[in-house]
Formats: sequence, C-alpha cells, structure tokens
Amino acid sequence: MQLSNRSNRLLRPAKPWFVYMSLFFALLLDYVPFGHHPGTPNWAALVLAFWCIREPLYIGMGMGFFLGILVDIGKSTAMGEHALAFVVLAFIANGLARRIMWFPSLLQALHVLPMLLVAQALMASVRVFVGEDFPEWEFFLSSLVSAALWLPLTYLLLLPQFQPIDRDENRPI
Amino acid sequence: MPASDFQTYPVFRRGVSAKVRLLIYATICVVMLVADLRFRFMDFLREHLHTAISPMSTIASEPVKLLGNATEHFSNLADLQDENAKLRQHQLDGAERLLRFDELEQENASLRELLGMRKKTPVKSITAEVLYNVPDSSSRKIILDHGKKAGITHGLAVVDAGGLLGQVTRVYPNQSEVTLITDRNQAVPVQLMRNGLRGVMFGTGQGLRALNDVSKRWQQAIQSDIGPGSLELRFVLANADIQPNDRLVTSGLDGVFLPGLPVAEIESVDREVGAFARITCRPLGGVEKSLRVLVLGRTELPPPPPNPETGEPPPVVLPRAARQPGGRD
Repeated sequence: MQLSNRSNRLLRPAKPWFVYMSLFFALLLDYVPFGHHPGTPNWAALVLAFWCIREPLYIGMGMGFFLGILVDIGKSTAMGEHALAFVVLAFIANGLARRIMWFPSLLQALHVLPMLLVAQALMASVRVFVGEDFPEWEFFLSSLVSAALWLPLTYLLLLPQFQPIDRDENRPI
Repeated sequence: MPASDFQTYPVFRRGVSAKVRLLIYATICVVMLVADLRFRFMDFLREHLHTAISPMSTIASEPVKLLGNATEHFSNLADLQDENAKLRQHQLDGAERLLRFDELEQENASLRELLGMRKKTPVKSITAEVLYNVPDSSSRKIILDHGKKAGITHGLAVVDAGGLLGQVTRVYPNQSEVTLITDRNQAVPVQLMRNGLRGVMFGTGQGLRALNDVSKRWQQAIQSDIGPGSLELRFVLANADIQPNDRLVTSGLDGVFLPGLPVAEIESVDREVGAFARITCRPLGGVEKSLRVLVLGRTELPPPPPNPETGEPPPVVLPRAARQPGGRD
C-alpha cells in the first residue's frame, strides 16, 4: 500500500470525479444535524486537508474557499467564517504536502492535527471578533476526533487507487 | 495520459505564488465577513446559495429524523398512554377557557369600541414543522419547512403550545431560520405577569456550559436538552419585586412580538452581585424540543424603528428645529 512516499508500490492516479465526489459527501456529512455534540468531526475540513496533501496541484485554496462558503451557508454561520479557515487550512496543507507524504500514516495524522486546530482557532477568533466568548476546550475536541479519523479515511479514499491496472479474472479481489 | 487525470505535473512553476493567492482569498473572506456581520450585504447571495443547497441539507437531516422517528416508534406503550392521558387532560383544561374565549374577545372588542381605543390588530398564524437544528455549536437556531412562499417574513414570533420559542431571523423561499430565545444574540422584551414589571430577557447560549459537572454536560449534550441558566433577565434592579416561579410574558413593547405570549419562568434570583440582580429563567415552551411550531405574525407591520443616527422615526418628517440637538444633520 502506498500510504506514504516510502513504499515501493505505485498507485493509480486519482480520478477527479472521485475527488469531487468525496468532497461533496464530506459536505453532506457536515450538514447532518448531530445536535450540539462537542466532538463531531469537521468532515469537510478533513477531506479537504486530505486531498490538499494528496493532490496539491489540483485541490487547494480555491476549493477551500468554495467549500467554506457552502459550509457557512449550511450552518448559518457568518459568510466567510469557514471559508477563511478552509483557505488557510488548504494553504498549510498544500505547503506541507511534499513533506507529509514521506511520513507513515500516524505521523501524517500528527501533522494534520495542528492544521485543523489552526483552522478551528481561526473560526473561534472570528467569533470573538463578533463579540462571543472564546469557546471552551471541548470545541477543539472535534479536531482531535478528525485527526484520529485520518488513518481510516486514508484507506477509504485511496481504495479506488489500490485497484490493479490489469484486472485478473482469476484473482479473488 | 488522459487530460482528465490529476497526475500531469508541470515542469515549471506557473501562475501566481501561493502566498499571494492566500492573501487574495483571505482578503475576500474578511471583506465578506465584515459585509455580512456589520452591514448584512450578503443576504441576497446567501438566499440564492441556500436555495441551491437546501436539497442537500434536507437529505442530510433525513437520517437524524429517521432515528428520532424510530425511537418514537419503539418507545413503549406505557409512555404513549401516559402522554395521551396528559394531552386529554390538557385539552379538557383548555376547553373551558376556549369556550369563554370567543365571548370574551367579542366583549373586549365592544368595550374597546366604547372607549374609543384602537382595535387590536388581528393575528395570522402559519403552522410549520422543524426540519432540523442548525449544526453549529455556538448558536441556537432551527430551520422550518416554510418560507417566503407561505407568507413568513423576517421578525415574526415562533411559538408552540407552551410558549414563545424564538424569532424568524432569515427567510428563504421555501425554508426559514428561527433564532431560539436561548441563543446568545436573541433578546425578548418581557413583563412579569404578577406585577407588570418590565425587563429584557436574553439567551445565554450556555445551556450546556452553565453546568459545572462535565459528565452531566455530556449527558445533556446527548439529550440535546437545555439546562438551567439558559435564559437571563438582565437590567432588573436588585431590590425589584421578583421571586422564583414568577411567570414572564412578552410585553409587546418592541412592536414585533405580540403582547402576552408566555415566555419563561423565573428559576433563581441572586441579589448579591451588584446593582442589578442576576436572574435566571427557564423557558416555558419546548425550546429545542418542539417539532411542530406556530409562526405568529401581525397582519400589519409595526412602525419602523427610529433612525439611530438622527433619533427620528423615518415616516414622520419633523421641522428642522424640532430635531434632536445631538442628531447629525
């Protein structure tokens, strides 16, 4: 499995439609009204960070901005709150993409955690600017949960790329 | 390699550098934030985009609704019978009052006519269903399944059988957003039922945070219930005649809410904090619990609020000399 640049296996190239589809599903998951549970993961931020690291040339700040605006509208937050956080997240993820790809998955997750925390801190500071209190520590729990989901997400989103190029009819998988 | 694949790497750098792009995007975001928060310029764009994504959010809210329906479906028979008995009792209690209500209303109208008072504006109401809670931890808002097309407008009061729930703050063509009274940005002018004392009630948005016990806080988050300290009556003097279990109703002074809607019950009064007492209340309506609500509106619009800069109501043109000295001309 080529989860990092250290492995010898080559992956099939990512299909653009699959990338956009996964971002769409992440957005859909973000819209699910889970109530006010403190540890709900930031699906859109996580999947955005994933593709920003995997495909830094194609998924970047523009996609972050677009996704952020849609999240802002769905969550009825101030226009630009999530967009700003996602743009910065995409910038950091794009910038560190080449480096992160040389680490094993768990260390990748440790790289992603501060990125997500920065994005959340940006959202929190926008709210402080509006006049709300700085949120309690539980608010940042969602970044922790998201980072913990990094490994399963990597396998899930790379599944189509694990397929062999020549399909062998006799092979079970 | 097909052009549709992502893997074609350019040899040379092209276009604007990442830092410049970050600066451009961040500037756009900040401009949008200010335009939205300070001037509400973004409502037009928001309305259109919301219409575009509303199928998505409706689909996303479906599993949660299904879960809720399933728990309701499998809740045991005894609970249902209990609830049914309660509802019957409630209906009986209300029936007698309702029977007299028509007569009283007629009497009120004729008395008002005799006294030469302005007639009370009739009320229109729209029933709506709660689609979902807005999935944002810092605000307390719900989305209703009716919007502009059903006649809902900005600023209408939303009630359930128990009392006031909130106020319509955004209207989309087919949906509308209601800010609940527990939201920290929501204020309701209220009146004490017992002695007519007036005050302004604010949501704290802290129904969950007010609890010190973390385990309880978690339990509450799971039940999505609201706890003590979710509403506060502010700017009431410490020596005011107010005590726990007093009922608060809307005073109607803002010209938005109808007067006399039950809002909350006083929970605790702390007079030791300063000039103003610290008063917490608990909502009477099923705030964050009700699934079917009533949107109440006046058929006539209230007079527009006075202009904060000049201090004069817009429709009435005052002579120059009568303007406030502090006003900017």
